[in-house]
Formats: sequence, structure tokens, C-alpha cells
Amino acid sequence: MSSSTPLLEYTLHLADDVLILGHRNSEWTGHGPILEQDIALSNIALDLIGQARNFYQYAAGLAGNDSGESIYPAGGGGVVTEDTLAFLRDGWDFRNSLLTEQTNGDWAKTILRQFFFSAFQVDLYEQLAVGRDTTLAAIGAKAYKEALYHLRWSSEWVIRLGDGTDESHQRMKKALEELWKFTGELYIPAPYERWAAEAEIGPDLSQLRVRWKERVKEVFDEAGLTYPVTEWMQTGGKEGRHTEQLGYVLAEMQFLQRAYPGCEW
Amino acid sequence: MSVQDLEKIFQDKIDADIRIEPKDWMPDAYRKTLVRQMSQHAHSEIVGMLPEANWITRAPTLRRKATLIAKVQDEAGHGLYLYAATETLGTGREELLDQLHTGKAKYSSIFNYPTLTWADMGAIGWLVDGAAIMNQVPLCRASYGPYARAMVRICKEESFHQRQGFEILLTLSKGSEAQRRMCQDAIDRWWWPSVMMFGPNDDASPHTAQSMQWKIKRFSNDELRQRFVDICAGQVKILGMTLPDPDLVWNEHRQHYDFGAINWDEFWSVIKGNGPCNKDRLEARVKAHEEGAWVREAALAHAEKMSRKRAS
Repeated sequence: MSSSTPLLEYTLHLADDVLILGHRNSEWTGHGPILEQDIALSNIALDLIGQARNFYQYAAGLAGNDSGESIYPAGGGGVVTEDTLAFLRDGWDFRNSLLTEQTNGDWAKTILRQFFFSAFQVDLYEQLAVGRDTTLAAIGAKAYKEALYHLRWSSEWVIRLGDGTDESHQRMKKALEELWKFTGELYIPAPYERWAAEAEIGPDLSQLRVRWKERVKEVFDEAGLTYPVTEWMQTGGKEGRHTEQLGYVLAEMQFLQRAYPGCEW
Repeated sequence: MSVQDLEKIFQDKIDADIRIEPKDWMPDAYRKTLVRQMSQHAHSEIVGMLPEANWITRAPTLRRKATLIAKVQDEAGHGLYLYAATETLGTGREELLDQLHTGKAKYSSIFNYPTLTWADMGAIGWLVDGAAIMNQVPLCRASYGPYARAMVRICKEESFHQRQGFEILLTLSKGSEAQRRMCQDAIDRWWWPSVMMFGPNDDASPHTAQSMQWKIKRFSNDELRQRFVDICAGQVKILGMTLPDPDLVWNEHRQHYDFGAINWDEFWSVIKGNGPCNKDRLEARVKAHEEGAWVREAALAHAEKMSRKRAS
């Protein structure tokens, strides 16, 4: 059985992050607080799932290139595809960060989760776009523009809610308490991220962290929110050790592919 | 100018196919009819998001998931155009939403049926959107300008949705035994409710005559229904499936399909609130609205603070 390469794992990590966050955002579709914002968040979900598809398609090609039997699940004809990667792996194979799998909670939590992630993603994609892997660079360049918009939209909402009313401010504080511990993981490199940085494919995460802190502080200042000092951060998602939330996402998302294996949809 | 003169000018315009625009004089009853019909249509788009959103998180492939999100998002967009068009008649979105949430305003009964399997995403696209298009294409020529223009945009997107729906069913129809069963089951459940979407028979449709005189409506319910049945009876053969109507048969003399009797008791019962999902759908809308109240208040409060800041 062939082993996974760091490039494949890195690509899957990039894919899993945006699939899971996109999936979470899409749970809001039809239930948003304002029609215009229902549309906006659905749009972000669409962008993220579109990015995930690009990364998975690339990953599927890489998995297929293994000379031996792929360790990744295959569909009909033994072919690894974007869908077998998304729908037939179990939680321990998912490489998304813990932040992306957290439940939606209220609008404040969903907004803050998106903001934290977008503030990371813009710099990640900007660096990916100038990296040495031409496919990842092309995906990064295209997705960078989307991430910029997501960051602008979510920043505006963090400010609006932080500054708006007492209730919205309290809800933002609660969301911050719930989500903060998952932000550190974004910048603690998994082995494949260290490899990507050395190979000049992806960014050096320690450098990105500085920029992220600046971005978050700037928006928090305007929103009247305090940048937390908490040190402890929960990790593990990027290496397949997830919170309990992911299992439910996968159970729902993978239902049809699991119940009716080997079908065309 | 007397009301009679104004009414004559108005009806002359209608007869000459000149569009009525928001600032033009119009009879109160015309305005009321439009507000009722357009807001009912807007509400149907918004409530109609729910049965399909129900399958977004369970869509079987990434492509299907993306397409379904985009489709439901289009429906939100249609709701927006229609609320905006209704606002040109002097009734605001808040008031319209309030009418929906209190049950005073209606929405299309079709959305009170449940989506039980993935095949329902196909059947809704093919049958429900198909029936909607049949109703809506003539509305692109409705006498009220903002409504007609909104409908042009909506119809383009709807026909795209309809093709997507049919394609979902076509894929299932070529699939495994279980997938074919899913496909037939969805057609069986959605067929009659879709046929009912055209509303009561012409002799029991109280608004039709006036609406046709005002050119809000161009064809009667039964004319549109017949057209729909004729088209679907042909298309279902491509799927290798059947429509659940033993009386469906080609009538050489009429050059149309004859079809079985519609269960109007069910139709009126669902309109009155006794459909399988009436309560769930309305509750979901009310919940989204109520749970969003603090968000809307915060956005307003922030905007006011900003404008005060800019002023000082």
C-alpha cells in the first residue's frame, strides 16, 4: 500500500478546511436573519465549496498518481475523485482545523468564525499564489479575491455587532469565549505545513500569525472588543484529532454516499 | 379629472398594452390585487427555500451541493426582487413579512409538502419549477411594469433550475434499482400537488376574470394546467417513469392529454393549513425572523452611531 505524500496531505488539508466551513455556512441557507445576508452567507458557502472542489480535484490526481494501491477511498473503477475524498473518508482522515467544524451557534458565532478564518485565509492564499506548486498557485490566486471579500464582509459584521447594541456586544463576547481557543491551531504547523513552507509551496505560518494578530486587533478596536490574552489553544484537527462536532457533520454530509455505495448522482 | 376619466385612461393603456408604472394612477382594486399576488409570490420564494435547503447538507456530491446552494440562493434573490417590486405599490417589506408570519398572507401550498429523499430535489426542479414557469412566463407581459420586469429575470433562472431538476431525475433513472425507486417515488408524491399549483378550475377561480381584464393574468388556470400536463406526459417517457394517473391518455380529437380528477378536498385542506408541513414551514420562517431581530437591531444601531459620528 502506498503512503501519502506531504503534498497530497497538504492539499487535502486545504480542501478539508474550506469544505467543512462551507458546509457549516450552508446550514444557514434559508434561515438567515435578513434576506440580503442569507444570500451573502450562502455566497460565501458557495465560494468555499468551489475552492474545496478545486483542491480535491488536484488531490485526487495526486492520489491516483501513486504507483501502488491508493490509501484513499476510490469509487467505481477504483478511481479516487473529489467526491470519494469528501464523502468516503472518516473523521480521523480529515485535516481541517478545529475552528472550521464548530457549530454555527448564533449569527455572532458564525460571523466571528468566518472572520477568524478569512483573516488567516487571505494571507495563506496570497502566499500560495506565489508558491512553487503551479496548481496550488493558480487556485490560491483565484480564491484570494474571494477570501478578500469574505474578510471585508465578516469584518464589517464583527464591527456592527461589537458596536451595535448591548445584546449584540454580549453575544460577540460569548462567541469570542467559545471560539478563541481554536484560533491558535491555524498557526501551529502540522508536519505537511512545515514541509510546504520548506518546499516554498506554502507560507511560513509563524510569519502569517503576526499579520493575523494585526488584522484582528484592528477590527476588534473598531468593534469595541478586547483582544484576549488567553494562552492555551486546542489543537489536533490538522492531524485528524477532532472535536466531537466533526462526526455529526460527516454523518449528515456522507449519508447518501454511504447508504447507496458506488452510485452516480 | 373624475375617477371615471382616470379609470378610462387606465383601462385604455391596459388595452393598448402600455405598462402601468408606480406613479401612474391605478384603481385601488388593481393595486390590492397586485400586492396580494406579488407578495404571495415573494413569500412562496422565501418559504420555498426551506424544502430544498433541507437537502443542502446531504447533497450526494460536491457538484450537487454547490448547485443546490446556488439554486436556493436564487430563490432568495427572487424573493428580494418581488418584495422590492411590491414596495413600489406602497407596501413595505416589514408589513409583508408580518402578514406572512401571522398567517394573513398565503404562499404556494406546494411548499407544505415534505422533501423525503434526494430525488425530491429533482422532482421539485422538474415539476414544481416547471409548473411555476408555466404560470410565470405570461407574467413577463403583465400590465404592471415592475412586476413584469422582475418576472423576466426570474423566469430565466427558473428555466435553468428546471433543467437541473430534470437532469437529477435523469441520472437517478439510469442508476441502481434503489435510485430508480427513489425517482419514481418522488414523481408519485409531487405530481398531483404540482398539477394543483395552477389553482382551482376556471369556474371556481374568483379572481381570474378581473385579472385577465387587467392583463395581470393572460391565460386561465385550466389552460395553463393542460399545457403543463401535455409537456410532462411527454417528458416522463424520457425518464422511463410513469405519472401516477391511470386516466392519463392522449386524446386525438382534442390534441391534448386527458387526465384524472384532481382531489380538490386535499387542495383546500392544505390551503387551510392542514398540509404535512404547514406548521413547520411557517415556524421556521418565524424563528429565523425572531432570532434575527437582535441582528437587525444591532445593524441599525451601528448605522445610526456612524451617521451621528459623521455629522459631528
